[in-house]
Amino acid sequence: MTDIVATAPAVVGRSLWGDAWARLKANRAAMFSLYYLAFIAILSVFGPSLVPHRYTTIYADYVRMPPSLSAYPKPDKIETALNEAIKRMRVDIKQWRQEDNRIFVTVTSHKPIDDRNVRYLDRSDAFDNTKIESKSADGLEAVMSASIRQQYFLFGTDNTGRDLLSRTLMAGRISLAIGLLAGVVAGVIGVLYGAAAGLAGGKVDEVMMRIVDVLYSLPFIFFVIMLVVFFGRNFVLMFLAVGAVLWLDMARIVRGQALSIRRQEYVQAAEAMGVGQRGILIRHVIPNLLGPVVIYMTLLVPQVIILESFLSFLGLGVQEPMTSWGVLISTGSKNIGTANWLLLFPAFFLVSTLFALNFVGDGLRDALDPRDR
Amino acid sequence: MDASETILSVKDLRVRFRTLDGVVEAVKGINIHVNAGETVAVVGESGSGKSQTMMAAMSLLASNGEATGVVDYRGRNLLTLSKSELNQVRGRRISMIFQEPMTSLDPLYSIGNQLIEPIRRHRGLGAAQAREEALKLLRLVYIPDPERRMKSYPHELSGGQRQRVMIAMALANDPDILIADEPTTALDLTIQAQILMLLAELQRKLGMAIVFITHDLGIVRRLADRVYVMRYGEVVEEGEAEAIFVNPQHAYTKMLLAAEPTGIKAPPPPNAPVLLEGRNVEVTFKIGGGFLAGEPLILRAVDHISIRLKRNQTIGIVGESGSGKSTLGRALLRLLPSDGLIRFGDRDISAADRQAMRPLRRELQLVFQDPFGSLSPRMTVGQVITEGLLVHEPILSGRQRDLRAVEALREVGLDPNARNRYPHEFSGGQRQRIAIARAMILKPKVVVLDEPTSALDRSVQKQIVELLRKLQADHELSYLFISHDLAVVRAMADYIIVMKQGKIVEEGPTEAIFSNPQATYTQTLMAAAIDVTRFRLSA
Repeated sequence: MTDIVATAPAVVGRSLWGDAWARLKANRAAMFSLYYLAFIAILSVFGPSLVPHRYTTIYADYVRMPPSLSAYPKPDKIETALNEAIKRMRVDIKQWRQEDNRIFVTVTSHKPIDDRNVRYLDRSDAFDNTKIESKSADGLEAVMSASIRQQYFLFGTDNTGRDLLSRTLMAGRISLAIGLLAGVVAGVIGVLYGAAAGLAGGKVDEVMMRIVDVLYSLPFIFFVIMLVVFFGRNFVLMFLAVGAVLWLDMARIVRGQALSIRRQEYVQAAEAMGVGQRGILIRHVIPNLLGPVVIYMTLLVPQVIILESFLSFLGLGVQEPMTSWGVLISTGSKNIGTANWLLLFPAFFLVSTLFALNFVGDGLRDALDPRDR
Repeated sequence: MDASETILSVKDLRVRFRTLDGVVEAVKGINIHVNAGETVAVVGESGSGKSQTMMAAMSLLASNGEATGVVDYRGRNLLTLSKSELNQVRGRRISMIFQEPMTSLDPLYSIGNQLIEPIRRHRGLGAAQAREEALKLLRLVYIPDPERRMKSYPHELSGGQRQRVMIAMALANDPDILIADEPTTALDLTIQAQILMLLAELQRKLGMAIVFITHDLGIVRRLADRVYVMRYGEVVEEGEAEAIFVNPQHAYTKMLLAAEPTGIKAPPPPNAPVLLEGRNVEVTFKIGGGFLAGEPLILRAVDHISIRLKRNQTIGIVGESGSGKSTLGRALLRLLPSDGLIRFGDRDISAADRQAMRPLRRELQLVFQDPFGSLSPRMTVGQVITEGLLVHEPILSGRQRDLRAVEALREVGLDPNARNRYPHEFSGGQRQRIAIARAMILKPKVVVLDEPTSALDRSVQKQIVELLRKLQADHELSYLFISHDLAVVRAMADYIIVMKQGKIVEEGPTEAIFSNPQATYTQTLMAAAIDVTRFRLSA
């Protein structure tokens, strides 16, 4: 009840949004989460093209490699890789040595050695740039040299030998995109539907809300399975399925808000001034709705990401080789005993992103709630 | 009890709040003392820190506030007590009643439960004994039929009864000090008088000290022994109540005492044209009912009322809450569906729909009671004021609208720079000026003022009344002034209609009504508002 007048402000006033922003900035957890989300988003968008491996490339020699900060192949694995490749040439190793980043191998055979044999060494994931250094006169002995391919798998590789780092970032791209797009789809439908119901009021509102109730009672998974059966698995279908279900909550929230804003005195004042329905909707109802909508959006996005992960986990989501955090976690969980990094990295990304989104949502709620003033 | 013994003394109390704009000092080192059995009033306008002083003393400050200094209650500093020690004092030795009795009672528990529970806890009585005590308390505060009321829930009681229950709860543990924070502000005048009378009587019977926090000097004069006048977190004047009223020292106290709106409004010439006329206006509300709910309850909020508003006239509509005065105002502006005939000028508008009313809206304006709720928080003041121009003068350019906003703000006495700021940056009185500017920018003929001064401090009320009178003189406006505050109505209106339960009880020229009220209801209202005799002497 005490209204304390602070120091005289400058001529330009601080809007409620400015006020909220100042309060949000004071909230350390929310600000940190905001920066973290921006970081994850930039990483997911630009990361896959900066990482040396494509998310689809299969390294047959590096299946289920554990994460490591040093390069593959490891020194003790060079000989194994060399033996494998040489065996495919159907020749024998006489001797081999390593000089810096190149190996020199002397091979012998009963038949004259074909120059094209070098491609067996190139084909191996460990070697590159193979040359014939010298050949004996009878062609039964040759010295080949090849450079060792230094490959980094910071997050290790998966069951088919694909780099987990690039796959995780790619999955982030998909998960965030689905989260954002389906969130926006659900938000837009929900806001329009809810605001319309709340503004219309009376019987129209009654009917519109009963429709929402009916949709609520449909089992979600059943609905998605039906969509998948009829239209096949499809990226766009994901938005539709998730968006079609999650707008219901938004519609209810917005309708309640619209109903209460409708009864505010400033709306009555506008009516007394002769402002039409459209003007009231645009100038009064929607700006005053935005606070709760923004808050709910930040909570809706993680919900969508979780739903998508859940669907992908069940095998109803995105298709290989495209991936999402849900898909990665699903495979990871099957290998938890033998290759736990397959679960740990994607799970860390998913969980930390959801945490950050929730912190930002909480921060926004505190910042935008005028009652806490 | 020794009457001169000091039981509560506040020394050098400071209260600070950490806000986004830095630290704000709400109370700046004040000294107050309360003797046993006396009534002390702390008077000040909103923002003076009077409530925060007592909140700090009771350790009830908001989480961003902190208090320093000494609050000494019988040798113990309340500011340094632990929570459990504090609870020995708080609610037991010092209890508190608040302004809004609806929100201070828990809606989920019956009155009996809410009374019995603290009695059992604090005094360790058995259930039956505590029940007896609770009944005794309800009788003490004159709740009719207390046995039945024990089972009632807060929403079943009227505002005055709820405040009585709050007082009963506060008295449950026989406190030394009762702190009453604006206990009657939310109540109707006649109920206010009853509650104050009750408090005075209880004090005589029980002998506790009462600390009265209020902005209403009328209450202070009738109830208090000593007065502290606060402003901007400081005590500017203190002393015996009579001395302060008879011989105020500080300029601010003098200003407060002179803040009662004065002057009268001369009636318009008898041949002035009738602008707005309602004949047999009736507004009914249906409560409940429907397909399966059975017969709806029909509530007649406005019951066959006729009214003729001439040009340059102010009709004051007086009545308590629920008398239908606001409903009548809105029905006359066709904001509510109603029966009966309504004419504006020479047009019959009783059947006009939204579309047909739109062009007329600029001439029929409305100003609301609550200056906080009636301005959209997301729009700048400039946008708020010029919204009507968008509808009624769509050809104006943005620049022209801006000029009109500047003009309108100057007219209501605000700095034109205000148009770039947001409503929440202004005080109550300034916001009410903004709301008036919004109505005036359209150059209306009739303005319905729905309790425009009720939410404001007395001194601000006076300014608003003067502003409204000036605007009326400048633009030949006609006002329909709805209020429960007789002092303001007397200064504003030349004709008065007294309403009760949707019907007109009495009507006539202002002076006739005030000097010689006919209906008993009007007489009760007058007595509650104008009487300045002390309750303690009369009770």
